Amino acid sequence: MAQGFEQLEPVLEQHGYRADALLEVLAAAQRLYGYLSAPLLRHLADALHLPLSRVQGTASFYHLFRFQPPARHQCLVCTGTACHVQGAPALLAELRQNLPRVDLEIGEVRCIGTCSGAPLVVVDGEVWNQQQASGLRLALEERLP
Amino acid sequence: MSTCLRFCTSASCSSRGSETLRQRCEAVAKAADADLIVKGVGCHGPCSDGPLFSVSHHGSDQERLFALESVTGDDFAADLGVAIAGGTLQQWCPKGCRELDPSEPFLALQRRIVLERCGRVDPENLKEAEAAGAYQPLQTVLATADRQQLIDLVRRSGLRGRGGAGYPTGLKWAAVAAMEGEQKCVVCNADEGDPGAFMDRTLLEGDPHGVLEGMAIAAYAVGAQRGYIYIRAEYPLAIQRLRRAIDEAREHQWLGHAIAGSSFSFDLELRVGAGAYVCGEETALIHSIEGHRGVPRPRPPYPSEQGVFGRPTLINNVETFANIPVLLRLGLERYGIGTKVFSLTGHVKRSGVIEVPIGTPLRTIVETMAGGPSGSAPIKAVQTGGPSGGCIPAAHLDTPVDYDSLQALGTIMGSGGMVVMDQTTNMVDVAAFFMAFSRDESCGKCIPCRTGTVQLELLLRKLLSGAGGPADLEQLERLCGVVKDASLCGLGQSAPKPVLSTLRHFRDDYLSLLEGA
Repeated sequence: MAQGFEQLEPVLEQHGYRADALLEVLAAAQRLYGYLSAPLLRHLADALHLPLSRVQGTASFYHLFRFQPPARHQCLVCTGTACHVQGAPALLAELRQNLPRVDLEIGEVRCIGTCSGAPLVVVDGEVWNQQQASGLRLALEERLP
Repeated sequence: MSTCLRFCTSASCSSRGSETLRQRCEAVAKAADADLIVKGVGCHGPCSDGPLFSVSHHGSDQERLFALESVTGDDFAADLGVAIAGGTLQQWCPKGCRELDPSEPFLALQRRIVLERCGRVDPENLKEAEAAGAYQPLQTVLATADRQQLIDLVRRSGLRGRGGAGYPTGLKWAAVAAMEGEQKCVVCNADEGDPGAFMDRTLLEGDPHGVLEGMAIAAYAVGAQRGYIYIRAEYPLAIQRLRRAIDEAREHQWLGHAIAGSSFSFDLELRVGAGAYVCGEETALIHSIEGHRGVPRPRPPYPSEQGVFGRPTLINNVETFANIPVLLRLGLERYGIGTKVFSLTGHVKRSGVIEVPIGTPLRTIVETMAGGPSGSAPIKAVQTGGPSGGCIPAAHLDTPVDYDSLQALGTIMGSGGMVVMDQTTNMVDVAAFFMAFSRDESCGKCIPCRTGTVQLELLLRKLLSGAGGPADLEQLERLCGVVKDASLCGLGQSAPKPVLSTLRHFRDDYLSLLEGA
């Protein structure tokens, strides 16, 4: 077993090292290690007896898998229809222009289905409802000193 | 006489602090040793009024629903403590809360049969679901053991797929049942990817057992032993509740080997997506379940012949499965035309989840139930069907909401997302929004979709920037036709729909953007 990925062993075992569990295993690996590094993908390919190209090709198809370490904090603006018509583009523009920080990733998330809070953002997994551009920037600055 | 407080702890109310409030109340009740049950339940419906909770008393049918608005946890807990100490729980009307009148159209005009247990029972407690009737229809089905009769019933009910395409469910079941072989699969499509749609999330968070039961009944009807639920990763709470429901159902032999003492065995696995809208398309979904890239393939062969791991496979949507136990419990006559669950959002006074009889006029839903536009601008359009659907202009609000009427207007019923847009909305911007979505979500396998969506979005952006001319508009329309006709799967074939529908109903929005207009 490759050094450093021991925590993944129970997950692989639970799925019987089956290739069809690749998505489940990739998700678990990302949960455990934050992102899918090149050594991690190689380890998975070995463990599931799959070509590395197949593992890499599958992982890169899906939006939620990441290949770079995540920033310390994350603010995801929901880009669903209800959020879009109620001001999500303005939120995104404000944050991208006026809140450049290396420890904060500003991104987008597909509709999370709680549209009565539109426009909403997800900050480190927490949902913030009915946001306005300048208020959101201030709240983030306060939250992440 | 015991009192029961039911807090909606679904994703929407949770994001407004309901779970914290529930825990506070539970602590207060425990400390006072009160005859009070504090529960977390599924969605009550009017999400924009959340967090919501209801109060009911044992032996009484009456249940009072409250919107907590801006009450703080401290005030609320203190107020509850006073009501318990004073013995006034019966008449309790918490300070700063607004009671919702049950005769309000949003509540009164619903027919909650699929959502019946949602908002009533604790979704993490199988016993409660059982006490409210869960798994009885399955038990009856297994005791009667007549597969053909079961499929006939579904066919005669006229139930159509609730996921978007509206294919008759009974026909799908019959096709899979007719396939030879011992190894068949049932798949629940819970990859609710349309932005603005959250019916399936509501169902899975509020009454997961209803969906599991529907799947088990379907598996029995078509002769399947294995099942998969494919759910999108953006719904963590639904995933958590489903996992628990599956474990509990297995423990109590509603899933697994020899269900309810019969000779029928059926077990299922949860598969969590990883952010790919195209995986809602059934052949892409099959590939994703098998651990591959979620790329569609041409049909035939249809999944009923060759599905997951090459086995004959029945794929239905969450709400379709949830309809099955209801149909069996009510019988054909009382089930009637059936209902549809909608998620209502956008520029409306009240947003949330509603379940109404199929054929309810759009005006009743948008104006009477949702209270009309939220701002001062009148309603311009209602978007249904997400990126595969279109916009219904305000002039057509009297249209009954059913599969065929919406299709005649150039949109689709879709999975049930309804986004209301007021006059401040530019429909070309809406079309560009959906095209950007489809461009981003195109899997890249076929050229019309892969490059067509890019070109269509560029044309729309050009128009929006004011640099477009009549020739661009003409090209836009022509290219829509090509992408629609030549794409491989539903995503590409329907990607031009938001453009075509806005061109049809809101051409002026386009014309006013033309150079020199």
